[in-house]
Amino acid sequence: MQVIIKKAGKSKGFSAFTAALLAVLLGLVFGYIIMTIASPANSFLGFQMLLMGGFKRIGDVFYYATPILMTGLAVGFAFKMGLFNIGASGQYTMGMFFALYAGFMWKLPDSVHWLVCVLAGMSGGMLWGLIPGIFKALLNVNEVITSIMFNYIGMYLVDMLIQGNATMYISSKTRTSYLPASAQMPSLGITNSSVNISIFIAIIAALILFVVLNKTTFGYELKATGFNKYASAYAGMHGKRNIILTMVIAGAMAGLGGAFAILAPSTIAGSSMTYEPVSVIAANGFNGIAVALLGNSSPIGIIFSALFVSHIQRGGTLASLYGYKQEIIDVVIAVIIYFSAFAMLMNAMVGNLIKKLFSKNQSKEILPADPKEEA
Amino acid sequence: MENYIIEMLNITKEFPGITANDDITLCLRKGEIHALLGENGAGKSTLMSVLFGLYQAEKGEIRKNGTVVKINNPNDANDLGIGMVHQHFKLIDIFTVLENIILGVEPNKMGLLQKKEAREKVIKLSEQYGFEVNPDALIEQISVGMQQRVEILKMLYRENDILIFDEPTAVLTPQEIDELMEIMREFAREGKSILFITHKLNEIMAVADRCTVLRKGKLIGNVAIKDTTKEELSKMMVGRNVNFKVHKKTKELGDVVLSVKNITVSSKIHSNNAVKNVSFDVRAGEILCLAGIDGNGQTEFVSALTGLEKTSSGIITLCGRDITKATIRTRSMSGMSHIPEDRHKYGLVLDYSLEENLVLQRYWRPEFQHFGFIKSNAVRSYAEKLIKQYEVRSGQGPITPMRSMSGGNQQKAILAREIDKEHELLIAVQPTRGLDIGAIEYIHKQLVARRDAGKAVLLISLELEEVMNLSDRILVMYEGEIVGELDAKTTTVQELGLYMSGAKRSTAKENENAGYYQKSRKK
Repeated sequence: MQVIIKKAGKSKGFSAFTAALLAVLLGLVFGYIIMTIASPANSFLGFQMLLMGGFKRIGDVFYYATPILMTGLAVGFAFKMGLFNIGASGQYTMGMFFALYAGFMWKLPDSVHWLVCVLAGMSGGMLWGLIPGIFKALLNVNEVITSIMFNYIGMYLVDMLIQGNATMYISSKTRTSYLPASAQMPSLGITNSSVNISIFIAIIAALILFVVLNKTTFGYELKATGFNKYASAYAGMHGKRNIILTMVIAGAMAGLGGAFAILAPSTIAGSSMTYEPVSVIAANGFNGIAVALLGNSSPIGIIFSALFVSHIQRGGTLASLYGYKQEIIDVVIAVIIYFSAFAMLMNAMVGNLIKKLFSKNQSKEILPADPKEEA
Repeated sequence: MENYIIEMLNITKEFPGITANDDITLCLRKGEIHALLGENGAGKSTLMSVLFGLYQAEKGEIRKNGTVVKINNPNDANDLGIGMVHQHFKLIDIFTVLENIILGVEPNKMGLLQKKEAREKVIKLSEQYGFEVNPDALIEQISVGMQQRVEILKMLYRENDILIFDEPTAVLTPQEIDELMEIMREFAREGKSILFITHKLNEIMAVADRCTVLRKGKLIGNVAIKDTTKEELSKMMVGRNVNFKVHKKTKELGDVVLSVKNITVSSKIHSNNAVKNVSFDVRAGEILCLAGIDGNGQTEFVSALTGLEKTSSGIITLCGRDITKATIRTRSMSGMSHIPEDRHKYGLVLDYSLEENLVLQRYWRPEFQHFGFIKSNAVRSYAEKLIKQYEVRSGQGPITPMRSMSGGNQQKAILAREIDKEHELLIAVQPTRGLDIGAIEYIHKQLVARRDAGKAVLLISLELEEVMNLSDRILVMYEGEIVGELDAKTTTVQELGLYMSGAKRSTAKENENAGYYQKSRKK
C-alpha cells in the first residue's frame, strides 16, 4: 500500500491533482467562514446552494464556462512558454468587437454568417496578441506591461468605435443593438439557457492545443523555451518566431472567447447578447488567469477548471436567494478562486508531505520491494 | 585518551532515498590540517554542513573539547568558533570588503554602524597574514583569490579557531594555491585547526597532516599523510586503481577546421571588451585547450563562437564557411557540436525527459518529425540506442526525468547527443566540472576518441590536470587576450600558472621560433 502511495506521490499528475483539490477545498472552507460571518442563519443553506446550485442550471454552467475556458487557454498556453499573457482581456474585447462588426456590417448567407463572425473574432484576438508578441520578441519589452496597456487601449478603442457606429450602437439604450439571428451561434436547445455549440468548439480548441503542446515540434520548442529559455537558445530554436506565434495563438483563443460570448443566442426570441461600452476591462480575461492557474496551464486541466469556476459562479448567483448580497457572493467566489492560485504552492507541499510521511519506512520497505528502481 | 578539539561521532544523515552520511566519525586535533577526501557525492559537504549547523544529523553526536554540543544553525557554529569558507563565496558584490567582513556581526551603537574599530581590526589581521586586502575595495572589483582572502578574514574577524575550507583551490592559480597552502600552515602553527575538503590528491599530500576518506556516504578510513601515498589515497577514494594519465596516440594533423580571426567581444558587466582580438586555428585531429582562470573571457568567447552572443568584430570560419553571423542552428548544421559550460542552464531542459533531451539538437530533422508532428517511436528508439552506446544510467530509461539523474549521467547524455550528431568540431567547455573520477575518466576517453577519429576538439578548462593530460596544444587566456601558446608535451604546470596569472606573456616572435603559426596579436 505504502509503495503505491509513494509511487503515486512521485508522479507529477497525482500531486498536481491533489494540490488543486486541496486548494479548492481550502477555498471552500474560507468561503464558508465568510458566508457565516455575513449571515450566520442562512450560511448552511446558502453555501449548499453555492456548491450545488450549478447543477440546477447545467446549461448556463456550460454557457458561462465557454468564454473563461477560452481566456484560460489564452493564459495557460502562453504560460507554457513562460509568457504571462495578462492581456487576455484586451484580446477578448477585440475578439468581441470584430465579431460584432462582422455580425452587423456584413451581409452573408445565414449558414456561414456566424462562422465568419467567429473567425473575425479570432483574428481580432490574434491582432491583439501579435502586437505584444512583436514587442517582446524584437524589442524585449516585458509582455506583462504591453499587454496590460493593450487591455486599456483595446477597451477604449472598442468603446469608441462602437459608440461612433450608428448601426451597432443604440445611444438611447447605451448598448449595442440586437445582432441579426444569422450571426448568432446555433443553440443547443436547452430551455432558458443560452448554451450553444461554442462549448464544443472551445473543448475542441483545448484538445487541439493539447496535441500541439505534446505531439508537435512546435509544442516541443514552446515547452522547452518555457522550461529553460537558455537551453532552447542553445539548441538553436527560433525563440523570436515562437514568442510571436505563441502570443498570436493565445490571442486567437481569447478572441474566440470574446466572439463566443457575444454571439451566443438569446433565450428571448428576436433579441441577442449586447455589449455596453462603459469603460470596464472585461472580467472574463482576468478570470482566465485563475482558470489557467487552477488548471495548471494544461489544456485538459483548463477545461475542468473553467467548468468548476463557472459552476461556482452559477451557484453563487442562486445563493442570493438566501438573502446574500451579490457582493458577498463575489467575495466568496473570489476567495475560492484566489485559493486556487495556491495550487502551485500546495503542489510542492503535497509532494513533501507524502515524502515525509513515508520516508521513515522507505529504506526498509521500498527498496526490497522494488530493487530495480534504483539501478 | 587523545585530545580532540572536535569530534563528530557516528554521524548519520539521511535524505529521502539516500543516506548521505552513514555512521561517520571524524576527529580533529588541535593545530592540525585535516583533509576530508572523497568524490562528488561521497558526503563531504553534507558532513561539513552538519558540523556548520546547516543540517541536523539523525544519529550521532558532535563534541567540542570532549563536551557534547548541539549545533542548530551557523550562528551556533560561529559561537563555538567554527568558521567556513564555502566553495561558492558568500559575498555581496556591491559591498566593500569591510562591509562584507562585518556582515552579520556589525558593530553598532544604538543601531548606528561603527565601522572604525572593525576597520582597524581588519587591517591588523590583513597585515598579520600578509593578505594585502584593501578594506574599501568593492568585492566585484577584486580578484577571486582576493575574495577568498576576504572569506578567510571573515572567519578570523569572528575569532574562529576551527576553520573549514570547502574546495578552496578550485578557483585559484597554481601560485595562489601555494600561497593559500602557506596561509593554512601558518594557521595550524598558531594552533588553529583546519578541515580541508578537496578531491585533489596533490594538495593533500602537500599540506595535510591526516586525511579522512569518504566514499558513497561511508567512512573508508583515516590515515596519516606521512604513512600513505597518492596512489593509496586515490584507491581509497574511488575503490579501485585509477589511471591518471590519458593515453594518446600520436596523430597526424589534418586541415584547419575552425579558424578564428581577431575576435572581439564586448562585456556585459563592464565597459571594456571581455575578449580582445583573439585569433587561432584548430585543426582536425588535435585537442586545442583554451586554459585560463575563471572569468578571463573564456565564457564570453565561447558564447560568441557558438552564436549565443554577438561578436563586435572578427571572423569565424568553420570548415571553410564564414559563420560569424550565422544562427546557432546553422552553426550546428555546419558541423559544430557544443558541450556547454553550465549543463543545467544551457545544456539540458531539466523538466524534460532523457529522450526529449537527447533529441534537443535534432528533433526537427525528417527522421524525427513528419509535418511538424514528432515521431515518438523514432525518438524512443534513438534514445535507447544512445543510452546503450554511451552507458547513460537512469532510473526509468528514456522517460527518466532529466532532473532526477546524477550529474555524471546528465553530462554523459549531453556528450552522447553532441558526439552522435554529425560534427567536425567539438567545443567542450569544462566538460568534467563537478563530476566524479569515474565519469571524468569516461569523458576524457571520449574526447580523445573524437580527436583520434579526426575531429577537431576545442577544450576550455580551468582544471590544470585536465589541461595537461588532454591537450595537444595549449592557449592561455588572460584578461580576454591570448597571452601564450604552449606545447602540452614540453610545458609544466608552473609555466602554465605563470601565464594564467598574467605574470608572463609570450611574444609573437617566441611563438614563431617555437615553430607555431604566427598569431595576429601584435604587441
